Amino acid sequence: MLHIKCPHCGIRSQNEFSYGGDATIKRPELGKEISDQDWDNFVYNRKSLRGKHWELWQHLSGCRQWIKVQRDTATHEIFKTLKANEEIS
Amino acid sequence: MQKYSVFSLVKNALSNHQNWDLAWKDPTPKKEYDVVIIGGGGHGLATAYYLAKEHNITNVAIIEKGWIGGGNVGRNTTIIRSNYMHDDNALFSEFGMDLWRRMSQDLNYNVMFSPRGIINLAHSDAQMNTYARRGNSMRLNGIDAVLLNREEVKEIIPMADFSENVRFPIFGGLMQPSAGTARHDAVAWGYARQADDMGVDIIQNCEVIGFDVSAGKINGVRTSRGDIKAKKIGLCVAGSTNILAEKLNMTLPIETHLLQACVSEPVKPVLDKVVTFGAGHFYISQSDKGEMVMGGDLDGYNSYAQRGNLPTLQHVLTEGIAMMPFLSKLKMLRTWGGIMDMSMDGSPIIDKTHIEGLYLNCGWCYGGFKATPASGWTFAHTIAQDRVHELNAGYSLNRFNTGHLLDEKGLGTKTWIS
Repeated sequence: MLHIKCPHCGIRSQNEFSYGGDATIKRPELGKEISDQDWDNFVYNRKSLRGKHWELWQHLSGCRQWIKVQRDTATHEIFKTLKANEEIS
Repeated sequence: MQKYSVFSLVKNALSNHQNWDLAWKDPTPKKEYDVVIIGGGGHGLATAYYLAKEHNITNVAIIEKGWIGGGNVGRNTTIIRSNYMHDDNALFSEFGMDLWRRMSQDLNYNVMFSPRGIINLAHSDAQMNTYARRGNSMRLNGIDAVLLNREEVKEIIPMADFSENVRFPIFGGLMQPSAGTARHDAVAWGYARQADDMGVDIIQNCEVIGFDVSAGKINGVRTSRGDIKAKKIGLCVAGSTNILAEKLNMTLPIETHLLQACVSEPVKPVLDKVVTFGAGHFYISQSDKGEMVMGGDLDGYNSYAQRGNLPTLQHVLTEGIAMMPFLSKLKMLRTWGGIMDMSMDGSPIIDKTHIEGLYLNCGWCYGGFKATPASGWTFAHTIAQDRVHELNAGYSLNRFNTGHLLDEKGLGTKTWIS
């Protein structure tokens, strides 16, 4: 069982959250020419590496806020959590 | 190579089984090979076997970080089927079914292929309609499919919950009678033994550290046991695909996720089919030892852990108990996890890459084991001929870019869509 520290509610169990994937992916800017490759990278292509991974979770059965979580994909250790609007440093 | 037969068994019994040949050797890597296959799982071993058998390319090495058959080929729930709707998946899988039927003879190794049939349960009228459509598509592609109504399903699996007052009543199901199971370790060992006999070097405990790429061409691979040159290199590393792709500066439409499976304590024969729950993701069969073999959803987040978390297991088994209430009385014997190369449309990739001489085989999601022979056969063809075979033409890498997705179920890594 993962224990995720929601920046709004505190430590909660994994059951309350749903996963949203890689948090470092940025949508191509609106109103600009976007190549097929840009879309491909945004929609499909992922690094998905072993080790530290910034990812989105939603506290679905809690405050319903999206949050950013830095987790180790090999050990499941969670290092840091941020609110959705906080930049990854 | 010593042929396995009842005569060799009797002969070796007389010497207390002390004189059997080694099934495969433990060679030191050579400096150069014609083809290097990275990954000594089912797909890698099958690829090497078919390279030697179908294309007479025997100067081949398989490089494996751990030991052969220690990854997903030894961790799956052994289900073999071709009950797909889309042509690309159906024809590929049915080609594989033919290889499965002949495998024990081809490999001179009993893989215990058991075509016991698979039933996908339907829990609504709408689901019956989609199953009818899928069944028709299967039959058009020459695959056996039988649409069963509630009474027919009840006759085959009376232990399922057919009471009136259930959340997901069984309306019927789609059966593929020729589907089944096989002994997964035997598949790896059988391919390894034959490949080794034809001259393939199976190099275990050998980790890939990097690649030698120059001017868009692959020249070799750097490993923990020295550099190995090769003009052609095939990647067959399932859940580790992204790790190797990083070393090649490639970003792929793949995420690595954790999938769990479990077996109960052994019980007397009760279930002679593979059965899947239609209102969630749960599948079950009974092994020859009597254990109920079960699996279901991904844990749902990127993971390389090869071990699972309990919430997913609990969720999956809740579905199992809803389908077959007697399961709640069984004790769990063992649970485990493997890391899956989840592609974004749920279908695999067997293709060339932008690097000349580098070939990619990945994205097997939940269905890698059943694809072992067909994957090996088509990947061997792709490597040997330097072009894809029509059977794996749909499994291209650039389909995500061009929009030609093969969305059989359309799930991929997004399990919550189901």
